[in-house]
Amino acid sequence: MSESTNLKEVLESKLPGVALAWSEFRSQQRVRVPALQIAQALRALRDAGMDQIVDITAVDMLEYPGATDRFEVVYLLLDTQSGQRLTVKTHLNEPDLKLPSAYPIWIGADWLEREVYDMFGIVFEGHPNFKRLLLPDAFESFPLRKDYPVKGRGERHNFPIITRAES
Amino acid sequence: MPLDLIESPDLDAGYREGLWTLNFGPQHPATHTTLRLVLKLDGEMVVEADPDIGFLHSGFEKLAEVLDYNQYVTIVDRMNYISPMANEIAWHHAVEGLLGIELTPRCKYIRTIFAELMRIHDHLLCTGTCVLDLGGATAFMYAFNEREKIYEICERASGQRFHTSYTRVGGLLYDVTDDWVAMVRDFCKTFPRAYRDFAGLVMKNRIFVERTRDVGVLSKADAIAGGATGPVARASGVERDLRRDEPYLAYNDLDFDVCCAQGGDCYSRFQVRMMEMVESLKIIEQAIENLPSGPVFISGTGKEGLPDKTEVYRSIEGLIHHFENIMPNRQMPSPKESYYGATESPNGELGYYIVSDGDFKAYRARTRPPSVLHFSLFNRMIRGCMLSDVAAVLGSINIIAAELDR
Repeated sequence: MSESTNLKEVLESKLPGVALAWSEFRSQQRVRVPALQIAQALRALRDAGMDQIVDITAVDMLEYPGATDRFEVVYLLLDTQSGQRLTVKTHLNEPDLKLPSAYPIWIGADWLEREVYDMFGIVFEGHPNFKRLLLPDAFESFPLRKDYPVKGRGERHNFPIITRAES
Repeated sequence: MPLDLIESPDLDAGYREGLWTLNFGPQHPATHTTLRLVLKLDGEMVVEADPDIGFLHSGFEKLAEVLDYNQYVTIVDRMNYISPMANEIAWHHAVEGLLGIELTPRCKYIRTIFAELMRIHDHLLCTGTCVLDLGGATAFMYAFNEREKIYEICERASGQRFHTSYTRVGGLLYDVTDDWVAMVRDFCKTFPRAYRDFAGLVMKNRIFVERTRDVGVLSKADAIAGGATGPVARASGVERDLRRDEPYLAYNDLDFDVCCAQGGDCYSRFQVRMMEMVESLKIIEQAIENLPSGPVFISGTGKEGLPDKTEVYRSIEGLIHHFENIMPNRQMPSPKESYYGATESPNGELGYYIVSDGDFKAYRARTRPPSVLHFSLFNRMIRGCMLSDVAAVLGSINIIAAELDR
C-alpha cells in the first residue's frame, strides 16, 4: 500500500481559479467541480493516481429540498494502489445536459455513461458508441427522472404487437 | 486473418463486408439468463462482440425511491440471485453507513458467516456451470449437491431458501438457533471432501485446461481502468480485496489470505474462485467457533432497530415500538447526505450509492453492480478467440443478467 496523495493540492494546482467545493461525510471525501472543468479535473485526478472508475451515476434533484440545480452527476474514483477514494460531483441544468465523456480516461466509463444517458438523458460527448444501454432504442422517456411516474406512462401496455406476417 | 491485420485501417473494405454476423442468445444455454451477443466472425474467429443487454430490466432503482430501507431488501436479493444474501448484506452495509449505525458483535459475525457461505454458493455455481458449458456435466452436479446444503442453512435461519430477505437496518430478521450453528459446523466438516472431489475432476482435466488456458485474457491495465473487481481483477494480478483493504463486519478479527493469479485468462479466474472457496471456509470455521453471544439488534429502545417479535406480540410497549419503527411518518430520520458503501461480494465490489433527503427511504439508491463493468470488458477479452471460447469466457466472468439489467 502506497501513501495516499493530497488530492486537494493536486486539483487546486491543476485548476487555478476554479471554484471547488470540498466536503466530507463519515470520512468520505467529496468535491464539487463546475461542469465546464470536469474533463480537466478527472484527467488531473487520473494522473494523480486515481486509476479506477468505480461508478458514474446521476441524481435528479428536482424534488430534493433546497436544491438549486436539476441534475447531479457523480463520479466515484479509486486509487487501487493506496485504496484512497474520492467522489467528484458536478451539476447540470436543462437544456444544456452535456458533459465530456470520461471514456478516453478510463475505459470502464463506457457502459456507465450509457446507463446514465439511458436513465437521465444526460449526453456524454466524445463517447465512441453512444446509445441506450438497457432500454430499447425507441423508448422516449428517461425513467429515473423524478417527473417520470413509478408506474410508467403506459409504454408497456401500449406496446405495438407485431404479427407473424409483419416480422 | 490475424487480429492486428484486421485492425489496420488500410484493410480492404470488402473484407469487413465478408465478416458474418451471428446472434448468440437471448436464449442460449451458455448465457444462463437472458442476454444477447452480436458476434462478428471471420470463419470461426470472433472479430468483434457487441453485447446487447436489458432484457431483464425491471426498474429496481426506481423502486428504491418508493420503498423504505427495510422494504427494499426484498428487491436487492433479486439482483444477483446466485448469492442473494450477499446483496442484502451490501445494501444494509451502505444504509447503516449512512445512518451511522454500529452493529452488535453477534450480528456482525452472523452476517460474516452468511457472506462467506454466499461466496462459496456463488463460486460453486460459477465454476460448476463454467465446466458444464464446456461439456463436463459431472462436476456441475457435485457443485450443486453442496449448494443444496447452503440453501438449507439459509432456510433454517430465515425461513426462505432463496430470497431470504434476512437482514434489517441494525440487525437481522431473527437470531440464529443452536441447530443452525450445528448445521454450519456440519457443512464445514463435509465441504472439504466435496471440494476435493470437485477440484480433482476439473483442475487438472486436460480438456478443461486446454479450453480455458490463455483464452479470454484480460490485461492488468485493462482490469484496473475498466473497473474490474473481485475474482476477475484478482485473476489479472490486481491485488485488491475490500475485506482486507476496507475491513467491514468482522473481517478485521479473522485470518484469511487474498487469492490472486497472474494469467488473466479463464483458467486463472477459475483458479482464483477455487482458492477463494478454501479461504471462505477458513473464515466460516473461525467465525462459527468464535460466535459471540448477545443481541442481534442494536439497542432496541430508540428508533434504530426493530424490537424482538415476541415483545411485539406479547407486550403493548413492544407493539408501540414496532409501530413507531414501521409507520412511514414516524420512522427514524436519516441525515440529508449522500453515502457510498461497498462490500466485496462474490462477484466483485458491490456498492450502493445512497442519496437521502431526510426520510427513512432513499431519495436515490444507485447499485454499483460488478457484472456491468465486467461485461463491458467482454469485447476486449473475446476478440481474436474462437467461437467455441465464447461459452468459456462468459462462464468465467459470471454474468448474472438480473444484476446486469436491474
